[in-house]
Amino acid sequence: MPKYLLSVFGPAERQEFGDYPDKESMLQAFADTGAFNDKLVAEGYFVFADGLEPATTATVVDGQGDQPVFTDGPYLESKEHLGGFWVIEAPDLDVALRLAADGSKACRGKVEVRPFQTEESFRSVLES
Amino acid sequence: MTHQPVEDAIARTHRAEWARVVAALTRRFGSLDVAEEAAAEAFATAVERWRRDGVPANPGGWLTTTATRKAIDRLRREARRDHKHQEARLVFDDDPPDPPVVGDDRLRLVFTCCHPALSPEARIALTLRMVGGLTVPEIARAFLVGEAAMSRRITRAKAKIAAAHIPYRVPVAADLPVRLDSVLTVLYLIFNEGYLATGAGTDPVRADLTAEAIRLTRLVREVLTEPAGGNGEVTGLLALMLLIEARRPARLSATGELVTLGEQDRGAWDDALIAEGHRLVRERLAAVAAGGPAPGRFQLLAAINAVHTAAGDARDTDWSQVLALYDRLVHVDPSPVVALNRAVAVAEVDGPEVALALVDRLTLEDYHAFHATRAELLRRLGRGEEARRAYDRAIDLAGNTAETAHLVRRRGQLASPGGPVGG
Repeated sequence: MPKYLLSVFGPAERQEFGDYPDKESMLQAFADTGAFNDKLVAEGYFVFADGLEPATTATVVDGQGDQPVFTDGPYLESKEHLGGFWVIEAPDLDVALRLAADGSKACRGKVEVRPFQTEESFRSVLES
Repeated sequence: MTHQPVEDAIARTHRAEWARVVAALTRRFGSLDVAEEAAAEAFATAVERWRRDGVPANPGGWLTTTATRKAIDRLRREARRDHKHQEARLVFDDDPPDPPVVGDDRLRLVFTCCHPALSPEARIALTLRMVGGLTVPEIARAFLVGEAAMSRRITRAKAKIAAAHIPYRVPVAADLPVRLDSVLTVLYLIFNEGYLATGAGTDPVRADLTAEAIRLTRLVREVLTEPAGGNGEVTGLLALMLLIEARRPARLSATGELVTLGEQDRGAWDDALIAEGHRLVRERLAAVAAGGPAPGRFQLLAAINAVHTAAGDARDTDWSQVLALYDRLVHVDPSPVVALNRAVAVAEVDGPEVALALVDRLTLEDYHAFHATRAELLRRLGRGEEARRAYDRAIDLAGNTAETAHLVRRRGQLASPGGPVGG
């Protein structure tokens, strides 16, 4: 079955209550997201999901030379960064979009839906 | 000239069968790309073969069979290129029984091409190519885009459909109203681009595009079997297009200037299209009266156009009826553009001053029709200088050559204390 990456983006610098205006809405969003995750598991769509520490905690590694080079910060310079994601399995994009809409409502953010490569699409890359 | 009957048969078959062939092959091979290429090759073969051997008894069947063979050939060639995967790709027998057909494949095709995950530009291009059978150069010309760019747009859309697994099916009932709205919007955009073509180098009215939009809307209406499969909006959109298309012969003056509804020679309107449009509007009115779903925006717009086209003389227009319909439309579609058009009806019923007050509340600063409407209202109120400035803005923003010519003439007719006005 096709797999999709559902990404949620947020500001690079997080406020006291993550990306939420106050503690109450943060806790409510966590609760709703937890319930959404449970639904994904129960209905057989869930593969993986988690939230990330702020992008400022990232390190970029370039290991292509003799010695690896480490750079503090995220790969892309941006005001908004990946804050968390789901990996789901769904029969087609219509189902993935419907689930993403539920996830978006639960976590109070926009969700980007992106398909993973399949064996078939990977093969056509090799053949081209 | 000896080929003429064959050429006609091919053109006729192309119009009637293209979408059917592409739709059937997409279902069978699971790829728009394979289906499109095989259908195009089959039609190219038909041009050669039919000239020599004559038109087959069942042209549609001949094309589907030929296209299917072309598709299998292509998949075999690709499989041979990579022996390792030969077995994996050779799942296509020469003549397997077709899976049972549920509904019309063309409807699946329309919904896939108009999927909301695609950009509006991609939806339009893909629909014209896959469902309408227009060539890439034809679509590129229609939208003033280079052929290479249009080809990329279509290729990218097909690649997304395949990679993201956009399904090839009619949406479930819960999604149908929203998804159908996306389809109808695509068809309406195609029609509008034909009716009010943009760009300095293009014909102001593109009859090829309006005709194509009407044809595709008829097709959707035919395969959707309203009212069971829809909410009357397909019928509404078809009626709307017919009632607008009926006025096309009167819409441009001999000098290529746009002629407004009030100034048109109504004798030049197409009576047959008006009769059909009115019949469809009456059909929807009866359905709504019998307890059917409340009319959506296309049905209301069609009804408004029915009122306009029912008046033999512009002075006989039932403006209070037009206004009543706009009052309902603003509830369904509360956009500022609808509010602007409603204000035009208000001007006829309650006078230009009331209408201007409504118009001035709208934030449509970048929309040429906003300034054109203001200009006409200001002129009726005798506020010439303000009208002139509004015409200036409208002329700056108008993208249609016939409309620009009309606005320039209207501006030129303003009484001018400061001497003659240019343009």
